Amino acid sequence: MRPNEEIEELLESKEEDFVINIGPQHPSTHGVLHLKVKLQGETVLDVQPHLGYIHRSIEKMCEASTYRNFIYLTSRMDYLSAHMNNQACSMAVEQGMALAIPERAKVIRILMSELTRIASHTLWWGALGLDLGATTPFFIGFRDREEIMDIFEESCGARLTMNYNVPGGVMYDIHPNFQKRVHTFLVNFKKNLPEYDQLLTGNVIFQSRMKGVGVISAEDAISYGCTGPVARGSGVSCDMRKWFPYDGYEGAKFDEILETGGDCFSRYMVRVREMYESVKIIEQYIDNIPEGDFQAKTKNVVKLPKGEFYSRVETARGELGVYIISDGSMKPYRVKFRSPNFSNLSALKHMAVGGKIGDLVAIMATLDLVIPDIDR
Amino acid sequence: MTDTKQQELIKNFPGQVHNLPGGGNIVMSTIEGVANWSRSNSLWPLVFGTSCCAIEMMSAASAKHDWSRFGFEVARATPRQADLIICAGTIVYKMAPVLKRLYDQMADPKYVIAMGACTISGGPFFYNSYSVVRGVDHVIPVDVYIAGCPPRPEALLHALITLQEKIKAGGPREKINI
Repeated sequence: MRPNEEIEELLESKEEDFVINIGPQHPSTHGVLHLKVKLQGETVLDVQPHLGYIHRSIEKMCEASTYRNFIYLTSRMDYLSAHMNNQACSMAVEQGMALAIPERAKVIRILMSELTRIASHTLWWGALGLDLGATTPFFIGFRDREEIMDIFEESCGARLTMNYNVPGGVMYDIHPNFQKRVHTFLVNFKKNLPEYDQLLTGNVIFQSRMKGVGVISAEDAISYGCTGPVARGSGVSCDMRKWFPYDGYEGAKFDEILETGGDCFSRYMVRVREMYESVKIIEQYIDNIPEGDFQAKTKNVVKLPKGEFYSRVETARGELGVYIISDGSMKPYRVKFRSPNFSNLSALKHMAVGGKIGDLVAIMATLDLVIPDIDR
Repeated sequence: MTDTKQQELIKNFPGQVHNLPGGGNIVMSTIEGVANWSRSNSLWPLVFGTSCCAIEMMSAASAKHDWSRFGFEVARATPRQADLIICAGTIVYKMAPVLKRLYDQMADPKYVIAMGACTISGGPFFYNSYSVVRGVDHVIPVDVYIAGCPPRPEALLHALITLQEKIKAGGPREKINI
């Protein structure tokens, strides 16, 4: 037991640093991220992410499965852009096989990717509202998302982890109802999109929690390796669909969204405006799906020549790179994923330090982290 | 209260309702029956999602599937206020002690639903993975299993209703009387 004076002295002394653990079980970390946050009062002094709570050894498992089989694992990585993950892997394998995919498959891939992007952004928008204390955005976001899930289910057979892309094209042809349903969705979604702006974008409380919070400059965004909406919110042009067009994106007419603020509100605006761009891309292609094969003819056993293959796609969160080293056998020698979330998470400390603890949640929400993609 | 509503209530009530000649009712039941009945109709799930299944769990909470119809809408972030863990997603060796601790922190009676293939057996990560727990029942006892990768929201709703039936039936965990 300490003497009374000592306790009084401790109480009177200026506030001490205080460490709190956020997660691994915490609703605003969007999964099982563990953050060790050092605080002085309410001000954040240090943020230290602890990873590995959902490390499933996907990269190692890829080395044990064949080139056709390892693709299904990648839809469990960033499950909100499962389609783009599969596409990146298929593209790396196609590169090794020197295989050109049919035009029809390219257009189907673009349509599915953009639908996935909209589904991902609507979910992010709803979760952002939940994190900041509003419940209505969650229901509005999911209302539109469910419609896309139904479209996926009809063509791919799955709602979330599609596994629709295979080396050489897509696994099945699109459902006969596909075009009709996408048209219905577009009509509804375009009618609903202004609601997103009415509810959050123009909201004064929302803006005051977003503007000037978690600022990161363009130089810092580049040096941390940020990609996707996080970097584009700081004015860094990094859209893979524009810089390194793949699978027919070179013909698509759309704008790369750039905001210059670098704060949470800019990142928010990038994603909201991206939804409009995705609608634009879908409208270009939905009535112009070329006839023909949906899958190129491939051998049953896929073998890649000795060498290294790299492919990159723009997922809803940024650049996903797939790096395959082949030793000429049926299985990859090494597979490495450059996941967008891992790099974006590294900028969290830079954004949060000096701000308030309440802003940390807003920053994490606008980073749009998917934890299994970080841990893999 | 209308007659049909009253009939519906009486049908679901675990006991007998007798009308008295002078008006009013006598209710006959067991305390255990009433307790289980009320427990089953207000299960509060813990917000516990590690991966893909959590998104389908959110879908089940959204307006289209709407699990609040069955009394599950009060999702709690702290285990001390929750009755039920919907274990949505893969459990790896680093997460297993955390899950066990969350389960221990919950107040009795507590229930567990294993959602998705990963929590049943490791699912897609059964072979060749060095870090995945092969089934969440190695860590905590499970009441209801749902197959799927990830399961549909309808499957989750079915599992929740199955759990309700199980609680209403009383008896030990292993006994399902449906």
